[in-house]
Amino acid sequence: MMELLSMGGYGFYVWGAYGVTALAVILEVASLRTRIRAAERMAKGQGR
Amino acid sequence: MTLYQLSSPSAFYPLTRPLARAFAALAAVCALAGLWIGFVLAPTDATQGEAYRIIFIHVPAAWMSMFIYVVMAFWSIVALAMNTRLSAMMAQALAPTGAWMTFIALWTGALWGRPTWGTYWAWDARMTSELILLFLYFGIIALRNAIDDPRRADRACAVLTIVGAVNIPIIYFSVVWWNTLHQGASVSFTRAPTMATIMVIGMLVMALAAWFYAIATALWRVRAIILERERGAAWVAELPLPSRA
Repeated sequence: MMELLSMGGYGFYVWGAYGVTALAVILEVASLRTRIRAAERMAKGQGR
Repeated sequence: MTLYQLSSPSAFYPLTRPLARAFAALAAVCALAGLWIGFVLAPTDATQGEAYRIIFIHVPAAWMSMFIYVVMAFWSIVALAMNTRLSAMMAQALAPTGAWMTFIALWTGALWGRPTWGTYWAWDARMTSELILLFLYFGIIALRNAIDDPRRADRACAVLTIVGAVNIPIIYFSVVWWNTLHQGASVSFTRAPTMATIMVIGMLVMALAAWFYAIATALWRVRAIILERERGAAWVAELPLPSRA
């Protein structure tokens, strides 16, 4: 486990790269979800 | 249903959710397989140690940052030439994902460059032109937000996207045209890769994941864009909304 974390001394770089990428994916998916919900609410409001 | 009929937002809208879901599932499967190959099967690199594992995201993200722009430029040309709304919406839907991919390519490149080259950043031709690509994506998104009339925004963004496409061959060939800190391609169509096979496979599987992810997010976003822009239309009023996103 520690071996995986330390990445042979490159842990900061490797996990910094993978961590920020994961964060970017989470942020993009979350903002998409918010946008679709808002668009659906808006469309519904206009329709009725 | 013909392609011509499919190019109408109302005909395409019902397809966006099942397609987006399918591509998201494919992306997840490929990402898990790619990470397994990248962290478990692929050995430590002889010269770069473990730091090289960053390339499993860096290279696919960099490929996608350019490829998404090419697809945007394609949709922009179609939008200008045929005046089709859906193609402009597709171009609009791709821009944020392209910007994210460019950001990831730059970020992971910096974190790879520091242990490998000794620096996070250099004003090298490849890196500078990739940074310009990020600014192009920002510019296209900002231009869209600055224009109230969506049809005018479509045309303005299409022109900017097509003009900005000149940057893509500059990025791609920068390592050939100039003496750059960034090395040339490790994988190409014309010769054997200069990396171990398992590393190449890991990179290609991660590239597939990035492809599927980009398609899924673009489809989800175009779904929102269609609703936002067609909300006055009769077919939107008849939709059973809201559905689960």
